[in-house]
Amino acid sequence: MIALLASCSQTGASGSGTPAKPSAYIQNKGSDTMVNLALAWAERYQQVNAQVSLSVTGGGSGTGITSLLNGTVDIANASRAITPAEIQTAKTNGFVPVEFTVARDAIAVIVNPENPVKHLSLPQFSKIYRGEYNNWQEVGGENRPIVRLSRETNSGTHVYFLETVIRLGNSKDKTIFSADTLLLPSSEGIIAELRDNPNAIGYDGLGYVTPDVKVIAVSQKDGGPYIMPSAATVNDKTYPIARDLYMYTHGQPAGAIKDYLNWIVSPEAQQIVTDLGFVPIVKK
Amino acid sequence: MNNQTTRREFVITWIIKLSGYSSILFVSLIFFFLLREGIPALANVSLGSLFSTRWYPIENYFGILPLILGSLVVTLGALLVSVPLGLATAIYISEVATQWEKEVLKPLIELLAGLPSVVLGFLGILILVPFLRHFLNLPTGLTALAGSILLGLIAIPTIVSISEDALNSVPQSYREASLALGATRWQTIWHSTLPAARSGVLTAIMLGVGRAIGETMAVMMVTGNAPVMPQGLQALFQPARTMTATIASEMGEVATGSTHYQVLFFIGIVLFVFSLIVNIIASSLSTQQRKRAERLLS
Repeated sequence: MIALLASCSQTGASGSGTPAKPSAYIQNKGSDTMVNLALAWAERYQQVNAQVSLSVTGGGSGTGITSLLNGTVDIANASRAITPAEIQTAKTNGFVPVEFTVARDAIAVIVNPENPVKHLSLPQFSKIYRGEYNNWQEVGGENRPIVRLSRETNSGTHVYFLETVIRLGNSKDKTIFSADTLLLPSSEGIIAELRDNPNAIGYDGLGYVTPDVKVIAVSQKDGGPYIMPSAATVNDKTYPIARDLYMYTHGQPAGAIKDYLNWIVSPEAQQIVTDLGFVPIVKK
Repeated sequence: MNNQTTRREFVITWIIKLSGYSSILFVSLIFFFLLREGIPALANVSLGSLFSTRWYPIENYFGILPLILGSLVVTLGALLVSVPLGLATAIYISEVATQWEKEVLKPLIELLAGLPSVVLGFLGILILVPFLRHFLNLPTGLTALAGSILLGLIAIPTIVSISEDALNSVPQSYREASLALGATRWQTIWHSTLPAARSGVLTAIMLGVGRAIGETMAVMMVTGNAPVMPQGLQALFQPARTMTATIASEMGEVATGSTHYQVLFFIGIVLFVFSLIVNIIASSLSTQQRKRAERLLS
């Protein structure tokens, strides 16, 4: 029941503090992965700039972009790039959507510090979570059973992991997590189990990783090169399990929307990105 | 004057009556709401797939069987923990303990009842789960057993206080008669007092079950939440996903009115029916007790 109430307040949430007299009203909708980030930005921005009132809703990247195309929102949040079909729809509606990369999201593969495995390829990683590999020996480790840890299905990271790692980006693949994957309700739960259990493997947003677990290097293909996740490797796109997070606007932004998007790439707003476990963008 | 008193009594009677009826009203409203939100699930998901063995709602696998069995495994495990401990504690407090021991033990056990389950869950993650993994040499300590132990602790206060009441209400003459026939103190407890309080003790156990099956937070934190189908006795040492944990963790993000939402409410109906059955058994046991007491008096 509490969860239900929480969901009501979250989906209907608008970051309205006590703005003196908002002269501009920005509607922001889309990606569930980004909803907490977008809310945090909106709340902070309204403290900085009381003239602007922001309303943030989730619903998913597709929902956000569709709303942008229909003209019902000013900014769409998306954890995937806009598709050519969506751009075409926008053109028939008489505008060109403009893309802004606002943050990056990287998944770190984590194990217990005692685990001797240093690196894994995405295909190996996929086989672990599909339930094909059940012993660490099969990926060059000790003779121990593999205990798979994951975030709950409602987490955006869970879905991204399913698509990018388990299905290796193949959208026709309908494989899902092995049924015995432990679904833990929080990042803390995953870290607590990994800290203690040398059998376990887990994944989480890079920003949630604490020093008492071991991060593993990952390669796109079997045999390497193996890349450690960091703000640098995520930004130069060599780390394979990372994605950009976007905001789309209705044509070139102007006025309050433009100011807001400029503020989002500022160090202050990018600090919020780091605080929430995402990777900040680096301006070139 | 007299007229005024009756009028006041009339009002007070009605207020009391209304509060009594309101609880019935609330329960039926909740049940009606559950039905309204949950029954459409049957139209959107066939019974065959609803009672299949795979739960992965974001890809439309809506098999609730592993969740129902997960709840049962964890609850039965909780009984294995709480019944022996709870009953032994109740017998000790009621039959053996001295007056000052009673005065210390009873409030302590009530304190256990007041412990928030999230705190227990936290202790579970940090202490119990690593301990179980080392001690039983399991792949992971996040198992049904960890949930059972925590639920057992949660159910113990209920079992202790109700069965202690039942033991206390056994007439002193029973014990005296048994002792007079040459029975030892243990024989008196085991063969006279406990059988005489049997229905009260069973009620206590059923209420303990009811307490355990509805518990969410502690279970969600330590059972690993993997929706695996239990296979025999081994299930206790494997991860499990309960109905309550599923509702709690998934309801927050689900789109209102979607099939997933309806199935979650359907799970709510199943849970409601479970606790209804448990409560009906408990209350029928306690009415039995009254009948027996009446028989004794006549």
